[in-house]
Amino acid sequence: MTTVDLPSVTAPAARPRTCAMSPVVKLSAGFLLVIVLVALLADWLAPLPYTAQNLAARLKPPLTEAGGTMHWLGTDQLGRDILSRMVFAIRSSILIAVMGTLIGAVVGTALGFAAARLRGVVDQAIMMAVDAQAAIPALFLALTMLAFFGNNIVLFIILVSVDGWDRYTRLARGLVVSEQESDYINAVEALGAGAPRVILRHLLPNIAAALVVQATLNFPGTILLETSLSFLGLGVQPPGTSLGLMLGEGRRYLLNAWWIAVFPGLAIFLTTLSMSLFGDWLRDRFDPTSERH
Amino acid sequence: MLRFLSLRLLRALLTVLACVTAVFVALRLAGDPADIMLSIETPPDVRAHYRELWGLDRPLAEQYLLYLASAVRGDFGLSFADDRPAFAAVTEALPNTVLLGSSALLLALAIGLPLGVLAALRHNRAADRLAMAVAVLGYAIPVFFLGILLILLFALKLRILPSAGSDSLRHLILPTVTLGLPLAGRLARFARTATLEVLGKPYIRAARGRGVMPLAVIVRHALPNAAVPLLMFIGIEIGHILAGSAVVETIFAWPGVGRLLVDSVSTRDLAVVQAVIVTVTIIMVGANLLVDIVHILIDPRLGGFSRAAGRPA
Repeated sequence: MTTVDLPSVTAPAARPRTCAMSPVVKLSAGFLLVIVLVALLADWLAPLPYTAQNLAARLKPPLTEAGGTMHWLGTDQLGRDILSRMVFAIRSSILIAVMGTLIGAVVGTALGFAAARLRGVVDQAIMMAVDAQAAIPALFLALTMLAFFGNNIVLFIILVSVDGWDRYTRLARGLVVSEQESDYINAVEALGAGAPRVILRHLLPNIAAALVVQATLNFPGTILLETSLSFLGLGVQPPGTSLGLMLGEGRRYLLNAWWIAVFPGLAIFLTTLSMSLFGDWLRDRFDPTSERH
Repeated sequence: MLRFLSLRLLRALLTVLACVTAVFVALRLAGDPADIMLSIETPPDVRAHYRELWGLDRPLAEQYLLYLASAVRGDFGLSFADDRPAFAAVTEALPNTVLLGSSALLLALAIGLPLGVLAALRHNRAADRLAMAVAVLGYAIPVFFLGILLILLFALKLRILPSAGSDSLRHLILPTVTLGLPLAGRLARFARTATLEVLGKPYIRAARGRGVMPLAVIVRHALPNAAVPLLMFIGIEIGHILAGSAVVETIFAWPGVGRLLVDSVSTRDLAVVQAVIVTVTIIMVGANLLVDIVHILIDPRLGGFSRAAGRPA
C-alpha cells in the first residue's frame, strides 16, 4: 500500500484498500469466467452429446481418435466422451451450487433480519436453530434427509443450500443490530419510513457488501457439498451428470483408466481454489470488518 | 463459574434435544414410519406389532415422548442389514472413526502449526508466501480428489500402501493423510494469523526489546497466548473431520461411522441413520462444551462469572 491511512471519524464502509489484483487473483477470476462460460454455452461447446455411447471405444486414453471424433480427454466405461460429459457436468454442478447459494443466502439473510428486527422469542428461536445447525455437519444433515425423503432434484438443491444459511443469519443479524442504532436509520424512522422501506432501501444496501463477500466465501463449500454427495452416489443420479458423479464413477476404473476420475476432480479442485482466492481478495477489498495481514 | 457451567450444560442439552426433535419431525413428515422403516415384504402381523411397539396408533405428542424415551436409552430400532440394534452398529464403528480422526488431527497439528508459525515469523517474505501457497492448495483440494490421487500414486503406481481395508496400521496411513492434509492447510493459515496477532502485542515487543531470541519469544510468550484461539479452532474443525470422514472412510473402505452412515443412507436403513445422526450431534455438542470448559480453565480472565467470548467465524 502506498497511501497512509489517516485516522478519520467517518471512514466510508467500502473503501477499497487493495485495488490491484495480484496475478494469482487475476488468473482465478479468469478461470471462474471460463467455467461460467462453459456452463452457459455447454450445448455449443461439447463435441458430442454427453450420453452418446460408443461401446467400440471404451476406456480410451486421452488424445485417442475413434469413430471419426477426437477424444481429447479420453472415454469412459461406456465409450462416452469425457470432455463432452465434463462440459455438461460443469453446467449442472455450477447451476446446483449457484441455486443452493442463492437459496441459502436469501433464507439465511431473511432469518437474520427477522431475528434482529423482531428480537424476543423469535430472535431466541432463530438463534437456537442456528446453534443446532452449527452442531451438525451439513453433509451429515443432507445425508439424513436424503435417507428419510428419498432422492429428488428439488430436495437435493434445497439440501445443498443448507451449507451456510446459519452463517448468513448470524452475519445479517449482527450487522442489522448494530446498524439499527446508527443515526441515519433513526432519522429515516423518525421521518416516518415503514419497516419495508427501512429494510429494503436502507439496511439491506448498507450490509450488502458483507453478504456478497460471505456468499463468495461460502460458494466453494456449497460446490463441495454437491460434489461430495454426488460422489457418494447419493446426489445427482444418472442419466444426469455432475462433476462429483463422474469422479465417483471413475473411482471404480482407477487401475485401467485414471482419466475418468482425474479430469473432473481437477475441474472441481481448480474451481474451489479459484473461488477461495477470489473470495479472499473480495473480502480484503470490500469487507471493512475483516483483518488483513 | 459453576453458574456458567450449568448454563452452558443446559444449552448443550437443549441443542441435542432440538436435534432429536428435528429428526422426529422430519421422520414423521417423510411419511408413515411403519412404511419407510420396514421393508415392503414385512408380514402384516409384524407390521402391526411394530406400530404397537413404537406407539404409532397413539397421539403425536405421546409418540414424541415415547421417541424421546427410547432415544435416551439409545434405542432406535433394529438395523435392516443384520437385525441387531442400530445403536450397536454405531458403537462398533465409532472407535475406528475416533482413531482415524485423531491421527488426522495429530498429523495436521504436526504439519500445520510449524508451517503457520514459520510463515508469521517470515511475514511477507518468500518463505511466508510459499508456506501460504502450500496451505491454500492444501485446504482447497476436495478430500475425495486428494484420496483418489493418493490411491493412484501410492497404491496403484508405487504399490507401497494398501488402498482399502482396516487390517493393519498401514491401512490407516492413506486415510489419515487424506483427511489430515486439508486440515493442515487450514491450521497453517489459522496459526499464521494467530501468531501475527500475538506478535503485534506490546508484551512481545517488550520481550524482543529486552533481547530475548525470537524463537524463545515464540515458545515462551506467543504460543501459550495463542492456545485459546487454537483450541476454539480445533473445536470447530471437529465438524470438518467428521464430515470428511464420511467421504474418506467410503473411499478407503474404513469401517467407521461416516461409512456406516453413507451405507445406511444408500440402503435406507433408517434406524441406523437416526442412531448415527444423534450420536454425531452428541459428539459435536460435547466437543464444543469441552472446548468451552478447557477455555475457562486455561484463560484466567474467564475465571469468574463472565461468559465465554464468541467463537471466531
